[in-house]
Amino acid sequence: MTGNFWNEVLLYGPGFLEASYTVFGITILTIAVSWGFGLVAALAQRSKFRAVRMAAAFYIWFVRGTPTLIQVFIIYFGLPQIGIRLSPFAAGVIALGVNSGAYVAEIIRGGLSAIPRGQTESALALGFSPAETMRGIVLPQVFRIILPSITNEAISTLKNTSLLSTITVVELTLYAQTLIASTFRPFEFYIAVAVIYLVLTTILTTLASWLERRYANLG
Amino acid sequence: MSAPLLSLKEIRKSFGENEVLKGVSLDVKAGEVVSIIGASGSGKSTFLRSINALEMPQSGFMEFEDMSFDFRQESRFFPSQAQLQTLRARVGMVFQSYNLWPHMTVLENVIHAPIKLLKMPRRQAIEEAEALLSRIGLLEKRDSYPSRLSGGQQQRVAIVRALAMKPRLMLFDEVTSALDPELVHEVLVLMASLASEGMTMLLVTHEIAFARDVSSRVLFFDKGVISEAGSPDILRHPESERLKQFLHRILHDQVGHSISNDSDRGVQA
Repeated sequence: MTGNFWNEVLLYGPGFLEASYTVFGITILTIAVSWGFGLVAALAQRSKFRAVRMAAAFYIWFVRGTPTLIQVFIIYFGLPQIGIRLSPFAAGVIALGVNSGAYVAEIIRGGLSAIPRGQTESALALGFSPAETMRGIVLPQVFRIILPSITNEAISTLKNTSLLSTITVVELTLYAQTLIASTFRPFEFYIAVAVIYLVLTTILTTLASWLERRYANLG
Repeated sequence: MSAPLLSLKEIRKSFGENEVLKGVSLDVKAGEVVSIIGASGSGKSTFLRSINALEMPQSGFMEFEDMSFDFRQESRFFPSQAQLQTLRARVGMVFQSYNLWPHMTVLENVIHAPIKLLKMPRRQAIEEAEALLSRIGLLEKRDSYPSRLSGGQQQRVAIVRALAMKPRLMLFDEVTSALDPELVHEVLVLMASLASEGMTMLLVTHEIAFARDVSSRVLFFDKGVISEAGSPDILRHPESERLKQFLHRILHDQVGHSISNDSDRGVQA
């Protein structure tokens, strides 16, 4: 019966742990990539050059209007055709990072528009350059505002790593699938995978709410 | 005759079709306190903001200390980004809405610019900031965040933040307009004490009584030009019909915060 099989699932603990590390690693790297892309795209949307604004708008429009899975396929299966061959891991991080970056850009854009113009003006009036003002005065305030939304986005990213099973990244989903292929026990293994995802997302949320509490008494 | 600290010639600025400054000229000597009054839309705030180029004029000339600019885009004396920053570091500005940085404590607000821009050692910046804060009686708030302060306290910290850069000229843009009436006084007292110490100041204000008591000169802006200027006496005996009307309207709206009410000898803090 199914009940007896749960013990066997535990035998695969070390393998699941390793797959979890992979998921965690991909998530952290993807978040880094997405914040980079998101920040650049958000600032590009405020550029005084029309071409730069258009490029950022196109990027966000394309990413938000196409399925994430197709974006992963374009990077992993499509790019080799024009000579860019990436490991499954690298392709996965880039695809998810570029994808999430578009959403992060929209979040940052919202945060930027919430900062009163006077915050920038008072810094400029003291003699700070526009870049110093953005870095030292505006972005720290934006970060506090967007923390809840950016946490949601990080959780989406974490869950989206399961899509990388389709390009042979041995993360939780693909690992479970290989075990199911030999044990014919989809119920136990998929439940096990779901529980591990829950643990990982809970760690992320806890971390984020701790950060939020730290900043709650400011401003 | 000493050379003026600040000299502006034929400053012009339009927003689209709307010509806000129609060729304004002004010389300010060191130690002068110049009050600028006028109805909203008269160009007075735009003029003040063009002095540190927060609003970049479309044409006109400016001299300040050893710097001189020609605001025509094609001129080779058009200010560079570096020159703009030097100018702004030497000219302090205080805004209507305080604009303290909410994510920094009072002390951090005050020391941020001296440390980053003047490359002042942190210890020295803190010492100087503490001296300024104790002068305005807010030393015990040094580790508070701005949101914990009253409007009057925030505005006084904003003034101190500008003073920490040791400016040669201070610009005040309607700094009491956003304050509750009972908090206006403490800000005006601080400004009066700066004036009495010889700080060169330009202020856009609706506080007619304050302008009368503290200024060395008053400018009345109307439709993008200085339409009447002179000693604070023009507030008692206006010449032009426009200034008469303006004073009549504004004096009916406000009781007036006279600094001289606080002591027999006039300005004191």
